[in-house]
Amino acid sequence: MSAASISVKESPLVLYALRRADDALILGHRLSEWCGHAPMMEEDMALANMGLDLIGQARELYSYAAKVEGADNDEDKFAYLRDVRQYRNLLLVEQPNGDFARTIVRQFLYSAFADPYWRAMMASRDETIASIASKSEKESAYHLRHSSEWVIRLGDGTEESHRRAQTAIDDLWAFTGELFHSDESDKALIADGVAVDPESLRAGWMKTVSSVLHTATLKSPATAWMQKGGRSGHHSEHLGHLLSELQSLQRSFPGATW
Amino acid sequence: MVTALASPHDLRRAAWDAAAQVVDPEIPVLTIVDLGVLRDVTVNDGRVEVAITPTYSGCPAMNMIALEIELALEREGIRNFRIKTVLSPAWTTDWMSDEGRQKLKDYGIAPPISGGGRRALFGEQQVACPQCGSVATEVISEFGSTSCKALWRCTACREPFDYFKCH
Repeated sequence: MSAASISVKESPLVLYALRRADDALILGHRLSEWCGHAPMMEEDMALANMGLDLIGQARELYSYAAKVEGADNDEDKFAYLRDVRQYRNLLLVEQPNGDFARTIVRQFLYSAFADPYWRAMMASRDETIASIASKSEKESAYHLRHSSEWVIRLGDGTEESHRRAQTAIDDLWAFTGELFHSDESDKALIADGVAVDPESLRAGWMKTVSSVLHTATLKSPATAWMQKGGRSGHHSEHLGHLLSELQSLQRSFPGATW
Repeated sequence: MVTALASPHDLRRAAWDAAAQVVDPEIPVLTIVDLGVLRDVTVNDGRVEVAITPTYSGCPAMNMIALEIELALEREGIRNFRIKTVLSPAWTTDWMSDEGRQKLKDYGIAPPISGGGRRALFGEQQVACPQCGSVATEVISEFGSTSCKALWRCTACREPFDYFKCH
């Protein structure tokens, strides 16, 4: 027996909430993969704690999406019963953990965006989203501080740590353009003051990233070409593998509880 | 025990008193009032509504706290109730009572710095050792045994200690 995927009526607001929820869930899940494997006890706790914050944010956003959609879906169904093409997260967050440097750089590139993004979203005209933003903002600020400090330590550390950090930045850079992208569905919400235009945060993000990379003696890549597709369900091959693990229990034993 | 005939005022009082005894499962010296997690108790048409707010989005203690509140209300004979989670205004460590801060310190956890907020998040922090009171302290790990704590060490008395993160 196996559970079939749900269908979702993606109104602009439902899609908006699912996109942010998927970012948080997938990145949170990636961080949870480090549990018991981090290079030191302190980081094992740090990565798991950040993952916990993100999964908490995802739960709030999924619950709100379910309420707005008004169908039979809920947070668990969104997480466990959508197939890879129904996921709306950024390509950046689904990239594999790789080594510690890659995980930290991925976290830094995301948090440098999420921190000002959620702060701006506290002014959303949608009360629920504004309240979710007010919690996420504080958590993102802490994640940004933690990952920034590590980027500096790795970049300005040994030859080996520098090389690994620079490789991570070079490899992940092409996935950062999607942070600032919005489509027709978003534009209506931006016009109504429900969402902020992520493009307006690009200069601030670049400033944060450049300043930390500079301190870390790392270079921002010059490549202008950016990969996108996650927001519309066109993912890298990695997400399917992640979901097969995340969803296996609910797919094999539909409705299982403990 | 509250009877079905209790006035809304008495019912609210009884519900608040029952809920107020619930402690944080991870820091059992603090009640949810000390923490600022218990936000409000209201009564409408005999139905009690208890509002709680999470400290961190993913705090696993919230489910436990909600369950403990249910049990506490039922012990008081209150059957008609609902527990709701409110996110806004977002919880901050500034809501922690002075009594709560003192209890934390006595328990060996350095309380959050008052009025810290975002500035403390990025600037320098001076955390006093809960054992000897010295401010010659340093951070070991930004994250600790629970979402709300970081791990510090006192360089005067050499004791490591938990610091309740400023949030």
